[in-house]
Amino acid sequence: MRLLLITLALTLAVTSPALAQAARRTFDPQVEAVARDVGKSLRCVVCQNQSIEESNAPLAADMRTLVRERIAAGQTRDQVIAYMTDRYGNFVLMQPPFQADTLLLWLAPLALMIGGVWAWLAYLRPAGRRNLAPAPLTPDEDAALARLDSGRPA
Amino acid sequence: MSTMPPAAEAHPTRSALPAWAALIPVVLLLVVAGFFAFGLTQDPKAMPSTMIDRPMPEFDLARLTPDRDALTNADLIGKVSLVNVFGSWCSSCVLEHPQLTEIGKSGTVALYGVDWRDPPSDGAAWLNRYGDPYHKTGVDSDSRLAINLGVTGAPETFVIDRGGRIRFKQVGPITPEVWSTTLLPLIRKLEAEAA
Repeated sequence: MRLLLITLALTLAVTSPALAQAARRTFDPQVEAVARDVGKSLRCVVCQNQSIEESNAPLAADMRTLVRERIAAGQTRDQVIAYMTDRYGNFVLMQPPFQADTLLLWLAPLALMIGGVWAWLAYLRPAGRRNLAPAPLTPDEDAALARLDSGRPA
Repeated sequence: MSTMPPAAEAHPTRSALPAWAALIPVVLLLVVAGFFAFGLTQDPKAMPSTMIDRPMPEFDLARLTPDRDALTNADLIGKVSLVNVFGSWCSSCVLEHPQLTEIGKSGTVALYGVDWRDPPSDGAAWLNRYGDPYHKTGVDSDSRLAINLGVTGAPETFVIDRGGRIRFKQVGPITPEVWSTTLLPLIRKLEAEAA
């Protein structure tokens, strides 16, 4: 049991430096819950592909504290996120907003899919069905056909 | 006996697409290649600063040592100044230090330091070791000002105009080249502006 506890303690100590840093100040569980949610949508500007909740970067730790302080002071999720985008731009958001200059980003997959389905259907469709009707016989062909027919037994 | 006309003439080709349609994949490839050529040559770490042309945020920085003057917002009004974000932990800050020393000595522009995420004793020790180029220095130990400024790393240097507005952000060390081609011309221009 003691061994288990020690192992557990060591594991926690190794895996959660972020928790250790956040532990400098503790906040109300309700604040903490909102802050985690906000923090997960904010990108760590140092490490880029982690949210500030996941990142061990010192700046991310300070951002976590700032988010918690602002929420504890009564700010809403949107206000805190607006504070960050005001300073770091949309870059600080894990999910880019849907707006004029991101239309291509958001709609390109949809457009590509529609285009792909269209191309696929166009490929499957009996190509140019109208063209499959044989062209009318030329006079030469009519004559040739008549010759052949005349040779046949009735 | 008359010969049969070639099949292609009698029966149009099976494809309903006009001949130029063969170029569609080529055009698509060029478009995609264009996007890649643009995207892959951009620096993914370069972030546009949203702080340009905005006033320097209000700050309240601790003194580096009790005998040094505190850096305050009032210091940034009335003259063009540089605010350099550094830290004793920052290796590139050592790189730009000789250039900062020269700028500080030349008196071309007011040079202020923000010791970021540093215990004040470490910052002071670092300045004692390399020399203190700054006219005034403040300590931002909890990133309060850094986040307010949209700082993502050190060193970063903000050019502040006479009105106390941020006009430019230099990300990364101030090399002699950055100084002579970017910062110095900009400072001259800002000095010529009315406050």
